[in-house]
Amino acid sequence: MRKIRVLVAKPGLDGHDRGAKVVARAFRDAGFEVIYTGLRQTPDQIAEAALQEDVDVVALSILSGAHNTLLPKTVAALRERGLDDVLVVAGGVIPAADIPGLKAAGIAEVFTPGTPTGVAIEFIRQRVQPA
Amino acid sequence: MSQDRERIAAEQERWHKQTVAPALARSPEQKEEFTTGSGIPVQRLYTPADVPVDYLNDLGFPGEYPFTRGVQPTMYRGRFWTMRQYAGYGTAEESNRRYRYLLENGQSGLSVAFDLPTQIGYDSDSPYAEGEVGKVGVAIDTLADMETLFDGIPLDKVSTSMTINAPAAVLLAMYIAVAEKQGVRPAQLAGTIQNDILKEYAARGTYIFPPGPSMRLVTDIFAYCAREVPRWNTISISGYHIREAGSTAAQEVGFTLANGIAYVEAAIRAGLEVDTFAPQLSFFFNAHSDFFEEVAKFRAARRLWARIMRERFKAQNPKSWMLRFHTQTGGSTLTAQQPMNNVVRVALQAFAAVCGGTQSLHTNSMDEALALPTEESVRVALRTQQIIAYESGVAGTIDPLAGSYYVEHLTSEIERQAMDYIAKIDELGGAVRAIERGYMQREIQEAAYLFQRQVEGGERVIVGVNRFQVDEPPPTNLLRVDPEVQEAQRRKLAEVRARRDQAAVDRALAELRAAATGTDNLMPPILAAVRTYATLQEICDVLRGVFGEYQPTEEL
Repeated sequence: MRKIRVLVAKPGLDGHDRGAKVVARAFRDAGFEVIYTGLRQTPDQIAEAALQEDVDVVALSILSGAHNTLLPKTVAALRERGLDDVLVVAGGVIPAADIPGLKAAGIAEVFTPGTPTGVAIEFIRQRVQPA
Repeated sequence: MSQDRERIAAEQERWHKQTVAPALARSPEQKEEFTTGSGIPVQRLYTPADVPVDYLNDLGFPGEYPFTRGVQPTMYRGRFWTMRQYAGYGTAEESNRRYRYLLENGQSGLSVAFDLPTQIGYDSDSPYAEGEVGKVGVAIDTLADMETLFDGIPLDKVSTSMTINAPAAVLLAMYIAVAEKQGVRPAQLAGTIQNDILKEYAARGTYIFPPGPSMRLVTDIFAYCAREVPRWNTISISGYHIREAGSTAAQEVGFTLANGIAYVEAAIRAGLEVDTFAPQLSFFFNAHSDFFEEVAKFRAARRLWARIMRERFKAQNPKSWMLRFHTQTGGSTLTAQQPMNNVVRVALQAFAAVCGGTQSLHTNSMDEALALPTEESVRVALRTQQIIAYESGVAGTIDPLAGSYYVEHLTSEIERQAMDYIAKIDELGGAVRAIERGYMQREIQEAAYLFQRQVEGGERVIVGVNRFQVDEPPPTNLLRVDPEVQEAQRRKLAEVRARRDQAAVDRALAELRAAATGTDNLMPPILAAVRTYATLQEICDVLRGVFGEYQPTEEL
């Protein structure tokens, strides 16, 4: 069976990558194939990488406060490329009040500070059937 | 002395057999092994036998080499540390209001947070700035924004710290230009620019240019300020972000001082004499929650830097030996769960910084794991410092934890571990090479991942996160940055562009390009460009054109 492929990405100018890297390691230890984009990715760059890498999941990490702008744009950029089935999740300093809007824009789940990595791993396993 | 030590060690063995062993047989300790927050093994008890320090050589007296006990002869008896809250968001007008509020409430210095586009050299109308304008700090595009930011704040009376790195020269130039308009000379200015590009590559991420030209900008600032802005701290060599990214306490000291060594070497290579610039170097550390380890860390850093400057670089001026530092409490230790608990964490961490002899301090606000802090939570954070200063009694005597067997043991241990890291980095060819090869990044990531596994495995308890949880409603009353900020800032920028003398801007930028291609100090042409209201990005784009941009290699 093919492994679940995950793109871990840092949208925008935010340099806080401790969380992204810890989550990427935890995903890998859970048996996922992980690609990490590095810092300062535009929504289009992330969507392009998702297409090239043929991923099942895009996991976005953002702590800069720009989530309401950048996360919906990233979902839109994925959909423009026909990546309708790619599961998009996000993590970071994201106030609870912003989460319903992000979910309406296509973010499947938002993991806020203190979430064990196992919760995100379980969520992805539940939602993704690798092709 | 050594006879004493032997007698104590022998007695300790007797104590263990006679008193401890029966107690352990009745009830074992909570765990097999105890460690500090950073994993240093901790014994049941420390005695003089564990402290092989030579008082006069290793501890000495405050204000004297090796400064283990503090850099000032009277420390807080003379003057408290500077209470300096890092702040800034939205437009320059809003941030100016927050600064005035903090100054009215007894804060003694300013600390400017810039938004990410400013930190990375993009104007507010750049496509890269989309959604980021005014979010993590104030947006500064031109001198006009800086004029607004410091409106009504006399720059000869306050000291200002600016968290700015890759474009530090530009923001410093803007500050000098604003002061000129207030009638304040550069020589009267006091403050700090962070200007620590190496930790941006290693841990914080707001780099622009490759290491070579970045180091030139740093040393150009050293040279310029030694002549023109002598009271300015030209760099704040920062362990803070290295620790936030996940390092241990000893890595924080080792990597930060290794970066410090790289700056000193670069400045010497650029032809500067060590004692001309070294007194203007300053440092920035984190304060995490393991109280004794943190106190020991600050003391170890001071002693180690003094020895490096005197022995390795042969500095003669005692001011060149002094490690003066700012502290911020640990942002990554704040929890989104039960945020009121963060007030207690911050108080403990702040107390460690003060017991460790900090020169200035930022205390985090309780709501910062959720959003930018509200005015009310910032006030509690500032009050925490004031309670420590005025009510705890800690300011009455210098370095109050010196002589604690445990603290002295930890101080020596952290110093030893930090020296090992510095030796390893020397072997790799210095901090710049070590960062280019990903060494620091890998070490930090390993430590961060180990920490996370310990939290998830329950070996490391975070109150309210993996123990003692409650069901709580999502917090309300969070600060929100008005989404209109981006539009307002873009309008203001368009107005400045329309109003300025474009020919003067073009001339200044051409002169900057010529200087960047050659070897002249870049501060004067940057200052000239800033005065014409050239934008931050216009200036940085000229430098990008000459220097190129840094391309990181990411590995997991």
